[in-house]
Amino acid sequence: MEAIAFYVFAVLITALFLVTVFSKNALYAMSSLAAGMVLISGIFFVLGADFLGAVQLVVYSGAVMALYAFGMMFFDATKDVKEKNPSAKTIFLLSGASAVILVVIFSAPQIGRNIKALVTGTPGADNPHVIGEVLFTKYLIPFEVAAVMLLVAMIAGIILAGKKMDVSLSESEDDLVDEASELKEQK
Amino acid sequence: MDGYIIGTIIKAILVLAIISALAGFGTYIERKILAFMQRRLGPTHVGPYGLLQIAADGIKLFTKEDFIPQGANRIIFMVAPIITAATAFIALAAVPLFPEFEIFGIKVQPIVSDLNIGLLFVIAMMGLGLYGPLLAGMAQDNKWGLIGSARTAIQFLSYEVVTGLSLLAPVMMVGSLSLIDFNNYQAGGIGNWIVWSQPVAFILFLISGFAETNRTPFDLLEHEAEIISGYATEYSGMRWGMFFIGEYTNMITIGFLASLVFLGGFNPMGFIPGGIAIILKVSFLFFLMLWVRASWPHVRPDQLMWLCWKVLMPIAVINILITGIVLMV
Repeated sequence: MEAIAFYVFAVLITALFLVTVFSKNALYAMSSLAAGMVLISGIFFVLGADFLGAVQLVVYSGAVMALYAFGMMFFDATKDVKEKNPSAKTIFLLSGASAVILVVIFSAPQIGRNIKALVTGTPGADNPHVIGEVLFTKYLIPFEVAAVMLLVAMIAGIILAGKKMDVSLSESEDDLVDEASELKEQK
Repeated sequence: MDGYIIGTIIKAILVLAIISALAGFGTYIERKILAFMQRRLGPTHVGPYGLLQIAADGIKLFTKEDFIPQGANRIIFMVAPIITAATAFIALAAVPLFPEFEIFGIKVQPIVSDLNIGLLFVIAMMGLGLYGPLLAGMAQDNKWGLIGSARTAIQFLSYEVVTGLSLLAPVMMVGSLSLIDFNNYQAGGIGNWIVWSQPVAFILFLISGFAETNRTPFDLLEHEAEIISGYATEYSGMRWGMFFIGEYTNMITIGFLASLVFLGGFNPMGFIPGGIAIILKVSFLFFLMLWVRASWPHVRPDQLMWLCWKVLMPIAVINILITGIVLMV
């Protein structure tokens, strides 16, 4: 049962991500990437990591991909993208690197046979409880550092984007709007 | 094991059939109630009290030409409405609809899949519903559609924050993400309902629920006076109908979530048995959505963002802070 689910998900995810890489149409690439992200959460559910599965849905498929999509709206999504031809050297290097990565991926099950869980958590507790326990005891400092980094990124984003944020464009008069847009163009 | 699989399939088909029928019936109720509040008659011609209007609308939707505009991206254009309908129904899979009951000597749990993170799963799936309007708008090669999908992305992403934060305070009180645990926590009668200890969270959840289901004070995604019909501009027939079914299913899901988390769920209320109690609660919340639609004009996009980021989100964070302090002391 679990094996069937795993192989279905694995084949679908690989196929969708291949579409992402090979498609010339930006809209196809984006939708297949989003669908692949959704299906990855399926693998988490098969493994019994319900909480991580739901977080994968919320964070990657719900938020990150939606922001990509938002960026995509500035292009004409219905037309094909013209790809530039990079030099033959880059293609040679990239294909070599991907061959090496493929070998590592296929040999990973052999290496990973002796892996043991670092943290076992309280037996009997359900998934969110165990994750909370590990996050707030063993990995407290990395967790806090990640939070501070996100805060820094957020403040930087606000500063970069918010140069004219104290002026509301929809409430000011028309000539003020023109003035603001002229100022932006000069910059 | 076989029995479990067959039972799950039966439950899934039942939920799909009943909820999509209810979504159709919801349109009739909506038109009648709006008409009543605006001193009109609403649908009257087809059948008694206009009840067969649903059938007439259904026939019209099914037989309309399935039209795909020339410049559109065919595959994505065809898939987008299915995403909206599918995510709405998948979200319902983790919602316990009724109390346990026995039929033919078998105990039935009326929930398709009893996840121990049910609440998070429902929120995540409803959040994924934003791909329907988003891809629809981007695939149809129409400027109104593109503006509609831009509004979708902004509105759903912003209000998801408020939904999550407002639900966090009850989650902290109950200490679980399972909707059945929420229900059992409030088993002591009306005095134990979480709405009495978390009134702010309840109101925040309702407001953001209205925004996430695209109801009228926040129906900017397809506001016809500004952007024709937003993401649904180029859609016709059954593909448009799927957007519609998805929206109404989401309204029902929000109704179930609000009654399970805040209003005591399917616990019996005095002499009213639990199954009927939750139907009454969900019906009231559905009525409330129509009531609000009849009473309020819709807001401007900038007012919508102002409300979300400058009013609702700070209140939600302060509410969590106070809940945390009270729980610790």
